[in-house]
Amino acid sequence: MLEVRSLAKRFGGLRAVKDVSLDVPAGSITALIGPNGAGKTTTFAMIAGFTVPDSGAVRFAGTEITRWRPDRIAALGMVRTFQITQPFAGLTVAENIRVGAFLRHHDVTEATARARAVGTRLGLGPMLDRPAAALTVAGRKRLEVARALATEPRLLLLDEVMAGLNPSEVNEIVALIRQVRDGGVTILLIEHIMQAVAALAETAHVLAEGALIASGTPRQSAADPAVVEAYLGHGAAARMARHE
Amino acid sequence: MLKYWPVLLVVAALLPLASSSQFLVNLAMLTAFSALLGQGWNIACGFGGLTSFGHAVFFGIGAYAVAIMQTRFGINPWFGLPAAAVLGAAAGAVLGAAAFRAGLRGSYFALVTLAFAEVFRILANSLEITKGGLGILIPLHPALANFQFDDRREAYALVLAVLAVAMGVAAWLRRSRFGARLVAVRENEDAAAALGIPLVRTKTQALALSGAVTATAGVLYAQMFLYVDPSIAFGADRSVEMLLVAMIGGAGTVWGPVLGAIVLHLIQDTARLLIDTPGFAPMLYGAILLVIIAFMPNGIAGLRLPALRRNRVRDA
Repeated sequence: MLEVRSLAKRFGGLRAVKDVSLDVPAGSITALIGPNGAGKTTTFAMIAGFTVPDSGAVRFAGTEITRWRPDRIAALGMVRTFQITQPFAGLTVAENIRVGAFLRHHDVTEATARARAVGTRLGLGPMLDRPAAALTVAGRKRLEVARALATEPRLLLLDEVMAGLNPSEVNEIVALIRQVRDGGVTILLIEHIMQAVAALAETAHVLAEGALIASGTPRQSAADPAVVEAYLGHGAAARMARHE
Repeated sequence: MLKYWPVLLVVAALLPLASSSQFLVNLAMLTAFSALLGQGWNIACGFGGLTSFGHAVFFGIGAYAVAIMQTRFGINPWFGLPAAAVLGAAAGAVLGAAAFRAGLRGSYFALVTLAFAEVFRILANSLEITKGGLGILIPLHPALANFQFDDRREAYALVLAVLAVAMGVAAWLRRSRFGARLVAVRENEDAAAALGIPLVRTKTQALALSGAVTATAGVLYAQMFLYVDPSIAFGADRSVEMLLVAMIGGAGTVWGPVLGAIVLHLIQDTARLLIDTPGFAPMLYGAILLVIIAFMPNGIAGLRLPALRRNRVRDA
């Protein structure tokens, strides 16, 4: 579904992303994990067309989409959410979601009905006619997902939709993401909460300092000495091995 | 009763048509004309958040287009009207395509529009076809067929009709897919792009639509006063009046410009009675603008009158 080849991006002297290649098979849930500042969000931004890569290529559903504008990529069926939620603050929750629904539905009545259905499915039912600015952090995260889902994507890029949520909210959203995948949407997610990644993803790619250092099932990746070092510092893996 | 205030407003607007008072008709006409200008600005800038400080450029293009067409080429102004609207739309499309493709927004876009209007003012001042600083005098031939009016009430009725169309456009923006996507662009460009909205195209279309409405207002002006010169057409105070009317009333709402025009004219005419110094009006405009921005960023509509509810609610 998605093929990323040797993506690289430099910001001034900082090589934010050095060389990232990964595949997201159709129907899968794939995770991109890594310590803060590893370049995960930059990778996402390049895949979704928000940041132009210095080099590398992105293919989505058989189409070369490198350097495409975000709206064209969305129209093709790949939609991202934002780590820092970006609601249309002056609109109601339902109106926010409807902006997404308008991508595939030109009829206003139809788009409104779609938006309300998606919002209700994501547990935003009681909030639909409230201003988006009135939502809690968890509510805003749900709104991000709802808006993206309303565009009826084939591939959904979720950027830390669980950050800032409490454990029961995390469980709810894990169930929700699984449900979305079962509905036929492929998912690539960035996440810090390992428990959620382990519960959801078939494959976890680990990014550190702009390069992929491990790929495998979430448990394999988490146990990889290079990954332990990336998270906990040089020599950590050896120290942990000694303690065992 | 308060719920039906738009109905009352429409009735109040129609009353002068039955009045023989020149003063009343004139006042109503100028107010309705301001509302039309404000609505022209509002379509792109209220709904789309495009901060134009140079909307006079579209007004002037409309006014000059119809004046030049009839004085030079003998084209009847009734045909000049749609032609001027198309020119206004084209100017909006060109300005939009250039500015938005270059990624200009906010104050940068405001500066570019201001400069754009200034360039047109200077051109109108120096070109032969616009008769330079002398301006163009449209020969007086009062007849409905010539788009000139003996009776002010006829002119007023026409302004009201065009205002109704402009408000129809705004009402369509509130209800349509295009309008919803335009508002989304205003609220958050990144999120809008992520949801598949083409930013440059959407904003350019809004500016073209706004340009057409504002150019039509320019045509009405030329035909009512039968005279256009560079500062009447492209002057910065015209641009300021437009955005002021929309912002006082409530940018991004259907009725905002109407409310804004009424309030602005009340203030203006009262002030003129008290102080009759040239240059006082722009000072007053500046002061009002500051007060609005500081204390009521959503205008009168932000005060949540019934029928205006569900409007721009900023971060709670």
